[in-house]
Amino acid sequence: MEDLKTITTHPLAKKRSIIIGMFGIGIIIASVISIMIGQVTFNLYDIWDGIFQNEDTLSRRIVWDLRLPRVLIGLIVGMCLASSGTILQGVMRNPLADPGIIGVTSGAGLAATVIMIVFPAYIALVPLAAFIGALITALSIYLLSWKGGTSPVRIILVGVAINAVIGACMSALMILYSDRVQSVLPWLAGGIQGTGWRQFKMIIYYAIVALLLALYGIRHLRILRLGDEMAKLLGHHVERSRFFLIVVSTLLAGIAVSVAGLIGFVGLVVPHILRIMLGGDYKYLLPASALGGGLLVVLADTVARSAFDPIELPVGILLAFLGGPFFLYLIQRRRNTFASH
Amino acid sequence: MLLTKELSHNRSESFQLDDVNLDIQSGEIISLVGPNGSGKSTLLKLISRLIKPDQGEVVLDGKVISTMNSKDIAKKLAMLPQTQESQSDLTVHELIEYGRYPHQKSYNRLSKDDQDIVEWAINVTNLQKYKNRLLHTLSGGERQRAWIALAIAQRPKILLLDEPTTFLDISHQLDVMELLEQLNKELGMTIVMVLHDINQAAKYSDRLIVMKNGKIHYDGIPQCVLCREMFQSVFHIDAEIHEQNGGTFFTPLKMHKEIII
Repeated sequence: MEDLKTITTHPLAKKRSIIIGMFGIGIIIASVISIMIGQVTFNLYDIWDGIFQNEDTLSRRIVWDLRLPRVLIGLIVGMCLASSGTILQGVMRNPLADPGIIGVTSGAGLAATVIMIVFPAYIALVPLAAFIGALITALSIYLLSWKGGTSPVRIILVGVAINAVIGACMSALMILYSDRVQSVLPWLAGGIQGTGWRQFKMIIYYAIVALLLALYGIRHLRILRLGDEMAKLLGHHVERSRFFLIVVSTLLAGIAVSVAGLIGFVGLVVPHILRIMLGGDYKYLLPASALGGGLLVVLADTVARSAFDPIELPVGILLAFLGGPFFLYLIQRRRNTFASH
Repeated sequence: MLLTKELSHNRSESFQLDDVNLDIQSGEIISLVGPNGSGKSTLLKLISRLIKPDQGEVVLDGKVISTMNSKDIAKKLAMLPQTQESQSDLTVHELIEYGRYPHQKSYNRLSKDDQDIVEWAINVTNLQKYKNRLLHTLSGGERQRAWIALAIAQRPKILLLDEPTTFLDISHQLDVMELLEQLNKELGMTIVMVLHDINQAAKYSDRLIVMKNGKIHYDGIPQCVLCREMFQSVFHIDAEIHEQNGGTFFTPLKMHKEIII
């Protein structure tokens, strides 16, 4: 009988290493494919030339100047969004927390939009503004839903309310500055079309720091999983680490928003599926989510820009198309086991 | 080894813990009993720093706990709250590893010593067979043993438990009580627990503390505490007290009706 046998390894160990390994390989394959296909298709040889031959050829211009930075940005954006969602779900003890759904990204988006259309001279401050916007929103949600503890439902409701206020501010901004709106519209839809090395350089350092902080946060997330009481009893500073994790999570969301606009659902869908497959141990869940998020955005962006040729669909629209129904499905499935992660 | 001095805590208008003075000696097994809402759990939470007292202080090994580093407290004092979060994908071994958290330096992995202590906790609680099983696949009693193993992996001198047997069937209840007795006898661990079953409390404890309305009403060895007057004044029931095999037991008879003239 299974039951009587002594199991010698973690029951999920094999699954975990397989999935994390597959994501690693998947990212490489997806990146190569993404660089290959498009209005002009290249083979591997062209790509090699494009990256390593410093001559002004067609492949150099498309592979190096356009597609490579876009793939890298897609990876970073996906990794940041998925990590952000994973951390937020852990901190808020809510499997449905997502920087997009509870309004953290719209907070970032509002702050970034203010810079872009009201103070266009300070465009370099967009990542910082997005981060601050995200942080203010996240902290307000957390504080407003706190009543000797938070519940998943209350966080979602407070998030929806805050989201509505931010939406109103956004609309007001659009009307007051209607002459300048055109330039931010594609950004609002959420996408990485038209991004290049400039944007890559703008976010890469922020992203490295934030992702390293996220890895450091794993230890905090793991101990918080035992529940506030148990974590406190083990001598952990619960409030302090929760604050730290919220800051890291919003930093990650802010980075993604500053370059890719309002891309939703990556932060929800990726950690959610992986939690079902790998379990909720953040030592595996967070790295797997980061990789999975990167993979998802690169793949989705490749589809979004090539499937509707000659029109490039912003990847945010495609992801919302897939993510919205998935979210509904999760609500159905989780109705009775809302907080049991 | 553990003192509470004039401990007070107002949770609400109707409930307060008032002026609780308690002196817990090293090596004792103490059970807190009393009706629902008498403040037993609140007292445990105050002692274990989960809530802060409005007045008074808790002194552990001569130091006031509110001035101590939280990890240092966790090295001396472990507590098992009444309910634990469901951990669907932790194995028994992973759960017990958390017990070493207070002893670990910031980001270090488990040291050899930590590993040895985890193994020791697994052996003491007799969980060798289950150590790589997921927690949610265990029975209630086995799971409770795993949580106790987590607490003793902290290598505490004093272990607090809030109703450790409440949701267990009778054989698992005895299993847990015997484990606690063994920890006390073999390791000299001081044990303070909230129990609902007064007979069990009397059987396994050196000392019973009876609480009502946030105050300590009786405090002494089971033979002294278990008496008709105690059941009448604290629980409002009539009870019969027996002595058997050197232990003291009670049988509840009926509600005690005060005759008011």
